[in-house]
Amino acid sequence: MNKNIAVKIDDLTVAYNYKPVLWDIDLEIPEGVLMAIVGPNGAGKSTLIKSILDILKPLAGSVSIYGKPYKNQRHLVAYVPQKGSVDWDFPTTALDVVIMGTYGSLGWIKRPKQKEKKAALEALEKVGMLAFKNRQISQLSGGQQQRIFLARALVQNASIYFMDEPFQGVDATTEVAIINILKELRKAGKTVIVVHHDLQTVPEYFDWVTFLNVKKIATGPVKDIFNDDNLTKTYGINYKVSIQG
Amino acid sequence: MLGSFAVLRKQSLLGDAISHAALPGIAIAFLLTGAKNSNILLLGALISGLIGTFWIRGIIKKTHLKSDTALGLILSLFFGFGMLLLTFIQKQPNANQAGLDKYLFGQAATLLISDVWLMAIVTSACLIVLLLFWKEFKILLFDADYTKTLGFNTKFIDILITSFIVLAIVLGLQTVGVVLMSAMLLAPAAAARQWTNSLGVMVALAATFGACSGVMGTAISASQNNLSTGPVIVIVAGIFVLISFIFSPSRGLLFKQIRFIKNRRDLELHKTLAFMYNIAETHEDISHPHTIKILNNFQGYTKNTLKKLVDKQYVTLTGNTWSLTELGYQKAANLYNQQNKE
Repeated sequence: MNKNIAVKIDDLTVAYNYKPVLWDIDLEIPEGVLMAIVGPNGAGKSTLIKSILDILKPLAGSVSIYGKPYKNQRHLVAYVPQKGSVDWDFPTTALDVVIMGTYGSLGWIKRPKQKEKKAALEALEKVGMLAFKNRQISQLSGGQQQRIFLARALVQNASIYFMDEPFQGVDATTEVAIINILKELRKAGKTVIVVHHDLQTVPEYFDWVTFLNVKKIATGPVKDIFNDDNLTKTYGINYKVSIQG
Repeated sequence: MLGSFAVLRKQSLLGDAISHAALPGIAIAFLLTGAKNSNILLLGALISGLIGTFWIRGIIKKTHLKSDTALGLILSLFFGFGMLLLTFIQKQPNANQAGLDKYLFGQAATLLISDVWLMAIVTSACLIVLLLFWKEFKILLFDADYTKTLGFNTKFIDILITSFIVLAIVLGLQTVGVVLMSAMLLAPAAAARQWTNSLGVMVALAATFGACSGVMGTAISASQNNLSTGPVIVIVAGIFVLISFIFSPSRGLLFKQIRFIKNRRDLELHKTLAFMYNIAETHEDISHPHTIKILNNFQGYTKNTLKKLVDKQYVTLTGNTWSLTELGYQKAANLYNQQNKE
């Protein structure tokens, strides 16, 4: 394969207390793929994303983005957290939340100006939420909140997008809207990595997949490795043995 | 003002813990210097307040205790230690000892001009920092993990906010006292939250509420003999909260209840109308009169609703019979379509 490697993970191990959550993960994600991370509850999917983004401190291992440490490459990476991770009763509007996506490029102290606002409005339009820009965020539905988060990441204009369960608790219409945006991102040459739960939609939505259950089970093109064998290895009864081992 | 941040972080009790944690600092500062210089005492309060705060954080991080447990633990530990020191001081043969207990409940009358200046300076410092780091504060409060991925040093912002909360509390101690300080921090913010959905407006409102309760409380306690200032101020702030809870237009209890009742009435009306529509539909002529008795089969029906339908010209009454008007028929048909859609 002659593609660039967007994200490279070496020997990543993460533990809460004494129990390992991720064990010795080696992973290479090529540029321009739309990748799903699948695995049972507690397999460490969210943890993997969080440790790549330096939100959690790993016990060991390193992460590089386009060959350089993540710390120097933050501006290339955007993150869409789980919707439930924030308090939606916070006193602010949809537009305000999306503008937050520009804070990183602004840096300390500088205030967002017209340019940032314009970018935020464009992102809102892309996710079909322009009409709700002045809506208090607690008055948005779950799907709308998810789209706001997506818009906030779009504003960052990154090369790599990490998304933690963007389809959780959204209706079918929103799911289609979101996946269309993700496919557009891929078309534009971006790399998109999504923690995903619905196995049935994997072949339809994604072209790359990583099976994860504490250890990395398999990673590669969906058409090659999305099969019963890997599914059993990830979800089947064997996995209890592999945790103990 | 800073209370807004404490409320939004769901760390409301933090203020309480900090103010209690400040007590031993005051006592130790007095023991060390033997003088009642309020600046030195406040410095002691600041230091022990900060120590208390960082211990709380340490406990939450290192053990699996929940934050309220950690807060409660530190709060009572420091307060107990402070009281111990206070009683110890009272046994000492030092004429200066009298009046240290004013820090328990506060006594605005003991404020000197220099104290007021200190407060003014610190308040403006807070204001400047708040304006400078507004964007950073806001995003950290909303989504800390995300802030980190944008490359901000979240620890620094966090410590900045916490330090200023501690500073504000320590300064307020002289006026309101250890026991009631947290109310002063939280009440204005809780009241302000009721009126607005914008963080900026909320902080400004909280500052206004806080200032108003300070001024009004002091005025009331000055005009009535022997009422201590601190409690009066807190009660005034409490009244602000009460009023806000009841009367705020979007979140207030009063308007919520009114909206609730109104919605129920509308629904009742719609239901009756829909029932009539069903009956009327069986006839070719929609205005065909039917007896009121039929409606008795329908539970939601009351004479009152019927009268209201007449008032709205959906229905006409002749003797013991009713009939739908053209308007009422249209309205009911629309209702029907809407419900089928959902």
